[in-house]
Formats: sequence, C-alpha cells, structure tokens
Amino acid sequence: MRQIGFEEIENIALGAALLGAGGGGDPYVGKLVALGAVREHGPVTLVDPEDVPDEALVVPIAMMGAPTVLSEKAIGGKEYQTLYDMVSQFYSQEIYAFMPIEAGGVNSMLPIAAAARLGLPLVDADGMGRAFPELQMVTFTIGGLSATPMALTDEKGNSVIFETITNKWTEELARAVTMSCGGSVSVCLYAMEGKMLKKYAVKNILTRSERLGRAIRDLGKGSAERPEEAFIAAIDGFKLFKGKIADVLRETRAGFNFGKIVLEGIGPYRGQEAWVEFQNENLIASVEGKPVATVPDLICLVDTETFIPVTTDALKYGKRVLVVGLKCFDLWRTPKGLELVGPRYFGYDIDYIPVEEHTKGGGCNV
Amino acid sequence: MYRLGIDVGGTNTDAVLLDESLRVVAMVKKPTSDDVQQGIVDAAQEVLDMAGIDRSRIGQAMLGTTQCTNAIVERKNLAPIAVLRIGAPATVGIPPMTDWAEDIKKTVVAEAIIGGGCEHDGKELAPLDEEAARKFFASLAGRVESVAISSVFSPVRNDHEVRAAKICREVLGDDIHVSISSEIGSMGLVERENATILNSALYKVASRFTTGFARSLTALGATEADIYLSQNDGTLMTMEHAQRYPILTIACGPTNSIRGASYLSRRQDALIIDVGGTTTDLGVIINGFPRESGVAATIGGVRTNFRMPDVLTIGLGGGSIVRLRDDGTVTVGPDSVGSAITEKALIFGGDTITATDIAVRLGMYDLGDKTRVAGISDSLAQKALAVIRELIEDALDAMKVSSADVDVILVGGGSIILPEKLAGAKSVSKPQLFGTANAIGAAISKVSGTYEKLIDYNKIPREEALARAKEEAIQAAVAAGAARETVEIVEVEDVPLAYYAGNTNRVKIKAAGDLAT
Repeated sequence: MRQIGFEEIENIALGAALLGAGGGGDPYVGKLVALGAVREHGPVTLVDPEDVPDEALVVPIAMMGAPTVLSEKAIGGKEYQTLYDMVSQFYSQEIYAFMPIEAGGVNSMLPIAAAARLGLPLVDADGMGRAFPELQMVTFTIGGLSATPMALTDEKGNSVIFETITNKWTEELARAVTMSCGGSVSVCLYAMEGKMLKKYAVKNILTRSERLGRAIRDLGKGSAERPEEAFIAAIDGFKLFKGKIADVLRETRAGFNFGKIVLEGIGPYRGQEAWVEFQNENLIASVEGKPVATVPDLICLVDTETFIPVTTDALKYGKRVLVVGLKCFDLWRTPKGLELVGPRYFGYDIDYIPVEEHTKGGGCNV
Repeated sequence: MYRLGIDVGGTNTDAVLLDESLRVVAMVKKPTSDDVQQGIVDAAQEVLDMAGIDRSRIGQAMLGTTQCTNAIVERKNLAPIAVLRIGAPATVGIPPMTDWAEDIKKTVVAEAIIGGGCEHDGKELAPLDEEAARKFFASLAGRVESVAISSVFSPVRNDHEVRAAKICREVLGDDIHVSISSEIGSMGLVERENATILNSALYKVASRFTTGFARSLTALGATEADIYLSQNDGTLMTMEHAQRYPILTIACGPTNSIRGASYLSRRQDALIIDVGGTTTDLGVIINGFPRESGVAATIGGVRTNFRMPDVLTIGLGGGSIVRLRDDGTVTVGPDSVGSAITEKALIFGGDTITATDIAVRLGMYDLGDKTRVAGISDSLAQKALAVIRELIEDALDAMKVSSADVDVILVGGGSIILPEKLAGAKSVSKPQLFGTANAIGAAISKVSGTYEKLIDYNKIPREEALARAKEEAIQAAVAAGAARETVEIVEVEDVPLAYYAGNTNRVKIKAAGDLAT
C-alpha cells in the first residue's frame, strides 16, 4: 500500500501516454483532473490487487467519448459520487475500491480523481495493460464478465444505468448516450468481485506506468551516455525502427480514426521504409513491407530526442520518431485473447507476431 | 511613404527602414539592453539619422518585441487580476491554474467558476448565471484592474463570454480591462484560459510599452506613423489590438527572422538556416508563413495553446569550439566561445580553434589574420568541416517533410562556416543584408484572420461548410486591417474528432493579406 500524490501523477500520466500506444487521448487534461482532486482531497491510497478481499466490490472508472470534448468540458466533480451511488445501490453493496479499466491515455488518470474525491482506495490494476478502442476489449471478457450493468453520467447530472444482452449492444447504447450528452461521459463498467480481479486483471500496471514515466522524465534531463539504449532498457522494449514521418493517411469511419503512418528510415535504417497502421491506437508495424509487430503488443512512437510518446492525433510530417514495441499482457497472447484483440479482429489478414520474435537473433538493428 | 521595422531579440535589437517598394534604405543592429524600451528608441533614432529622410513620410512602424515574454518569464510588472470561468456544472473538476507555479499564481487575486457555456454543437450546456457573475464582479471593486473571462466551447459560441464582459463593465466601470478567451485562444479550455489569464496580467506592460513607443516615434518626428505589433504567427496587429491582446506578441522573434529571410531571397517555400555564434536555428517557410510546431507552447511554465514556429536548434555556430580527440576524431561544439569570438578565435589573436577558424583555414571566407590558422593541419580542418557538414545536413534532413530536395536560405553572421553545397538542398542561397532579416520580417508582415470551429458534416455538406469558413476567415483578416483584394487563404486544417461516432471535424482556417493603406 502506498500513496499517489502529485509526483506520482506526473509520472503515471507520462507512462500512460506510452501505454496508450498512439491512442487513448492525451493524458494532460486527465492529469489536471487528478491533480485538482488530489489538491482538494489529499493523496490516494494504491492497493495491491492481491490484498483485495475476494468478495469486495471493485469498480472500474473511465470516460467515454471524444478527448477533444473532454479538453473543453473536463469533469464536473460530482460525476463520481453519482456513479458510486448508482452502482452501490444496484448491488446493495458498498464499493471497496476504484480502478482504471484502461491504463493507456486519459483513462489512466480519471480513476485517481474518483478515488481522491470519494476517499476510496485505488487498485493497482486494469483490464487492458494499454489502451483499446472498444469496450469489450478487456481481460475480464475472457473471464466471462459482462460490461453491464454499466452506469453513465454527464457533468450536468443526467445519468443512466443499463443492462444489455451483449457487449456489442452495450457499445451501441453507450455511444448513443455519449453523443446525446454532448460527446463525453463518465462511466462505471465491469464492476467485479475481488476474486475476478485477482484472476484476470493486469496487475501492478499503475506502478509500471509510473516507472515508465519516471524513466522518460529522467532521460529527458539528458544525462544518459547512450539515451536511446537506456530508454529501450528502461521500458523493457524492443526497437523496431527509427525514422521520419513522411506521410500520414487518414480517414474516419464510424467514429474511429483509421490511418497509416509512412516512415522514412534515419540512422541505421536509412534507405528503408516502415508503415504503422492505426485505428486510434497503433496496430501493425511493418518494415520494408514485412510486418514486425502487431496488436495486441504495444507499438509506440516516441520522439527521438525526448522519448515523449507521440499520439496518433499529434502526428506531424517531418517528426523524427523511434518505433518501439512492448510486450502485451500474457492473457492477450492466448487464442481467446487474440480472438478479441488480435490483428484479425481489426481486419488485418495476418497472424499475431510476438514482438520479441522479430527482434530475436540479430534481426534487430540496434 | 516609408516603413520602419524594429525587432528586439535576445542579443540584438535591429531596426530597418524600407521605402515604398520595400527596398532597404537604412539598417542598424544594436545590442539589446536591459532597458528594452531604451534600446528600441536608440535603434529607431540611429536608423532614422542614418536614412536622413523626411520623417513625416514614415507611414507605418512595426515592432516585434520580447517585452511581454520577459514580463511573464521574470514575473515582473504583471497586473493583479481576477479570473471568471463560465462552465459549471462542467469543468469544476479542474479549477483555474491547477498546474501553475505558486509565484505566477499570485497574480490572480480572485477566481470563480459559474454556470454557463455550451456543448460542441452550440447547444447550451447551462444558462449563464448572470446573478453569480454580477456578485463576483462586485466583490472585485478596488482590487483588480483586469479580468480574464473564459467559457466552455467559446470558440464554437461566445455569447456567454461577451455577455459576462458586458456585465463586468456595468459593475466595475468602463476602465476595467476585460479579456475574453474566444478572442485569444483556440480549442482546449485549460490552455485557452491560461493564455487569457496571461493576457489580462500583461495589459499594463502592454499599454506602457506601446504608448512609450508611440511617444518616442512622435518625439523622433515620425508623427504620421501607424503602429503595428508582430504576432507569433508572423502577422501584424494594430497598436489598439496589441493593447487588448498583448499575449499575441509573444515569441514573434523566430517568426520575423524566417519571414524576413524568405522575403529577402524571394522564396515562398524554403528551409531557412540561421547560424549564430553559438547555435543554429532551422525553420521552414511554406507559402510565405513559418511552419507551426505541433506542440503547445509553454510560456514561463504556463501551458497555452499558441502554436509557435517549428524551429530546430542545434549547438553549432561561428564560435563553436573545435577539438581533436586522442583517438583522432574531431568534435565541433556544442560549446562555443560565443560573443568572445573576437578575442578567442585564432584569426583574432586568441588561442581557441573555432568553426570560423576552420572556414578561414580552408579558404571559404576571408576574415581576420589568415596566417594564424596556417598551423591547422589540412586533415584536422577537413575532418572538422565534415563534422559541421554532418551536423547541418542531419538537421536539415530532420526539418524536411519528404525526401525531395529543398531550397535552402542561409542567414546569420555564422553562416560563413557552412559549405556551399549541402546534401538534401536543391539550392543554397545567401541573401545580402541577411543580418537584419528579423527587422525586415517585422516590416513586411501581413495581417491575418483565423476561423476555428467544430463542424458536423452530416448537417452541412463539407464543401459548403469549408467555403463558408474560408469567407469568415477572410472577413476576420479584413477586420484586422488587411486590404480585401490581397487576402489569401494561407492555411487549412480539417481534422476528424477522435473517438466520436459523428462526422464532426475540427476546422481551422487562416487568411492573410497586406495592410490596407
């Protein structure tokens, strides 16, 4: 058990930008929401998932909708109390702790604010170990847990709790409510008992995120002898490519940004071309036309000098980036996991390639 | 009629006088003094003395200055202000200035969040709580001279901000300085509000230096000159506008330099390499305007949503120190003898090998005492030049947007150290008068107008919406002082809203034209 204060929030926010794998939204506004809540109510207690009693009710908190809208409307502050009341009333049980459902991007931050405002502990775990675009894409789905009952509320005080027959319906209804409420809502979903959490959650992800963020900040001070190698080592990652953004092709279909980033190699990769295909998050990285990493592993673009993660909505021609791969949570690598979040689910006719495969045995160009 | 252009930089204050066809009549370069105001007056006086023209024939005076930036960074002369945010029940989770440092936060003596604001589609989020606004303003009487007002989604609809500003003047009188966020920043409440707060805090500084400049010009005999200030996007605003929106003057320096270089070399699209004594700045000009950085600018520790010109700075300059390592390799910089080059470089009688010494040794430039560099071995000189070439070509490559070669413009006193041909450059040109590119950049600037909104293409067909948006941007440029027939669209951004199922895009359009005279 330890406390999450200002310093920890700064680090987690930066780590969460990396775990967003290009998506998840810029955690900046989320960070301010967390800082604002901690300033008002004091630091948050982070609990190890193993210490959560089996029967305790743990509730993930998130926002749904457009990060652009969140960057205008932020959070009202009463949303978390509303959600708490709805959920605890539904289960006739007090909520033991909050947790993030998504450790990547802006959703890593909001549960910290919720925990601070309500004085509840926060569990060091999530359901993705990264960011994903659809709400059934959580480890708990593999465990047979339904997203519903799902509670939604906006900052104006409109709220709804619903049950659905499939997670697809949940997605559909939640999106409709989000649009009507002005484009962003706060939600509770996948409420669960401690034993489900212990069995399926991605554990210690906030601690990992914090470590990643601290590593990036330390390297940013510019004291490392070989910063690139130090960065790869610090994040436990695999170097896939280094290049300059030569083109970004985008289109929007059904609320998702599809696109392809074309990179021209620099340094040891000069003369080579790489593509990173994304749907909000980066999904496939190919070098010279050959896929080298795929979802659900994390494909992250970071600035070559500062190692600050680059999100898909901030892609800019000419920017120099390092493409790194991070191993995803083990459960995602099982047949059931890949069925939910593997390359084929996203419409790519290729098999999953574990990120360490490609870089094994000298294939990596460090 | 003539134009006077003045640019205050970190090292030098430059002044230039241009005639009607924008030819340089006179120019001066003076070290920037601690008293920026005095430095401006001195530079203006000297350039006017030098030109010896009828001063009443100066029609326009353009000033690019660091005074507002300095005030924020040094936390000096900031006025006590109040902050009103309209947006409850939304946004209260992030009070104003949540991540500001304590020292600058002290500038704000009162703050409140009241009901109001709108949704992204213009629908009302909550009715404006006029009662609360009135009460807040009444509590400020005698405590502040300036108020910052922001409202949720005010770039979409700003009527709540405008109404609150009116109430503010009703309660506190017409002398109160009011800044509203929709006139200052773009999408993103926190950054827009931050910029608005800084704007309010700067009003005293701005009114002092603009009236000071006007008075000095009159005293110097330039009685007919209209005064304009440079903005960070490379366009101009009137003095009255600058007094209301001083925050827009920040970071205009690099922009002026890039635009001046582009003008001098008569190129609308090019890569500019500005080599100084210690560092080199690389910038890109597209269609006559500097390429903007994708990163939100942080000024004095405060995050805003201003886009600064995209400038890459590397540690290479005329005074960069050249060293031969034990293993036979040669390094150049990043440390430099800086302004002490006239004492420390070999050619000036010193004992440090600088990049400039290498250029003289290799016969690329004639400067100082050539015999003093004869002792540098050819191998060392060639190796050093190879390092310089690699540094600059690498930086050039980083700034290019594609593998196609680009036209390169070299400016700055240190540019003598660069080889004549560079990989990745289609052409390399060095305009005459490159030393005062920034002051010329200020003098030749245009005026602009910007449109930014979220547009639902399911409601308005894209083409129709864009045409309407362009017309609004043009109107804004004309309202800012541009001659209508010269206004062109210089920038169009059309980005879909992420994680949003509608067909809504964020559209930003900028139009710019010549000053109407």
